[in-house]
Amino acid sequence: MYQVIGGIISPVNDNYKKKDLAAAHHRVAMVQLALQMSDWIRVDTWECEQAQWMETVKVLRHHHHQLLRSLSPEEGPDQGTAVSPAPAAAPELKFLCGADVLKTFQTPNLWKDEHIQEIVEKFGLVCVGRAGHDPKAYIMGSPILRRYQHNIHLVREPVQNEISATYIRSALGQGQSVKYLLPDAVIAYIKNHNLYSRDSPQKGNGTRNSGAETGQGGPATAPLSSP
Amino acid sequence: MKSRIPVVLLACGSFNPITNMHLRLFEVARDHLHQTGMYQVIGGIISPVNDNYKKKDLAAAHHRVAMVQLALQMSDWIRVDTWECEQAQWMETVKVLRHHHHQLLRSLSPEEGPDQGTAVSPAPAAAPELKFLCGADVLKTFQTPNLWKDEHIQEIVEKFGLVCVGRAGHDPKAYIMGSPILRRYQHNIHLVREPVQNEISATYIRSALGQGQSVKYLLPDAVIAYIKNHNLYSRDSPQKGNGTRNSGAETGQGGPATAPLSSP
Repeated sequence: MYQVIGGIISPVNDNYKKKDLAAAHHRVAMVQLALQMSDWIRVDTWECEQAQWMETVKVLRHHHHQLLRSLSPEEGPDQGTAVSPAPAAAPELKFLCGADVLKTFQTPNLWKDEHIQEIVEKFGLVCVGRAGHDPKAYIMGSPILRRYQHNIHLVREPVQNEISATYIRSALGQGQSVKYLLPDAVIAYIKNHNLYSRDSPQKGNGTRNSGAETGQGGPATAPLSSP
Repeated sequence: MKSRIPVVLLACGSFNPITNMHLRLFEVARDHLHQTGMYQVIGGIISPVNDNYKKKDLAAAHHRVAMVQLALQMSDWIRVDTWECEQAQWMETVKVLRHHHHQLLRSLSPEEGPDQGTAVSPAPAAAPELKFLCGADVLKTFQTPNLWKDEHIQEIVEKFGLVCVGRAGHDPKAYIMGSPILRRYQHNIHLVREPVQNEISATYIRSALGQGQSVKYLLPDAVIAYIKNHNLYSRDSPQKGNGTRNSGAETGQGGPATAPLSSP
């Protein structure tokens, strides 16, 4: 039924004030490096450039609006995409997340009900499974999700791949290798900017300069292998 | 300060194809051994199995070796070795260990000249050790009747040592306790916890490729490109798993319903 024509990674605004959150410009740079070898996914900085943190549904509205504008006939015939604007179906913007995020819909006072409804009714959800989660149960346990379950796509991830960013930060803080868990270019960036190490000036903020070596010290820790 | 024992880690297997999980084994094993304070890991070896092992869907050795080489381009301490797959016949793991241990001792002996290029000074340091690196699933196979010779299991854990990385659904401590040989030499078996549950299996990779599904981010991009160029593991490979010897052959997946394989 669908042809995926693009992917967008939208890093959260610094004002979300999550513990150990590296500065947005670093997080954006790392995503850019990770996406160097992808021909269909891109990073977008609109969300993190806003003055304040904003609710997910507003980010969805923004990007949906941008999508419709970019594919409208007034932009000229040369779209460079495989979608022909005239007879084709209207493009859709779907919210991609893991099953752990779907579960957070249940958390009291975290999401507004009208936002949850707008996300599943107007946009649609693509939810990838995670160990220890039962997305079907989350859907059945919520009247809103049940009503729009036809617009929620549950994706089975056959490869149990539980690489969490929390673990990555912890491993880096202890001088352990994270090679093969994230792209080499991102690991190099982290080292050059001293992010996520125990001795980062502000934990998670690192330095703005390149070339700063991350000293791990002591013979007992394994040298970080150069990517 | 007591000098550390130099260690080389050897992993045997089909590597059909090599995945990020195989590569992670080396990284977590090295970190673990360093944290004991007793060892300095000076190298890693990946030794792909001989074609005569005749496992189902086993791609030709030269392909498997080429893919490992591509995967190791960005590693500064792990290398691929073709001795095992160049032999006329399949050989038991213990023989591969003996060969590489012998090579290791020769390469670090003083007769080779002072310029070793390694951090290990041959004279006062401890003798280098070659340890067998594997996942917990391999440790479990020690129990399979008639698969391993008891004397080989003993030689592996007594003379060389085992570094075993945990896998979901496996209980390596229980395997050790359930075997008299392993219990006796448990001090020479290092159990490494893999905190990131990473169950990328080569079997799944081959299956996904056969169905035109993306395996990007599960194995290095260079390996994915090689697989496509040589038409390995696709449903229409001439000999399943053997592909072509030419580069540049496009893997046609056909039909609008399948997602295009993203170019690495």
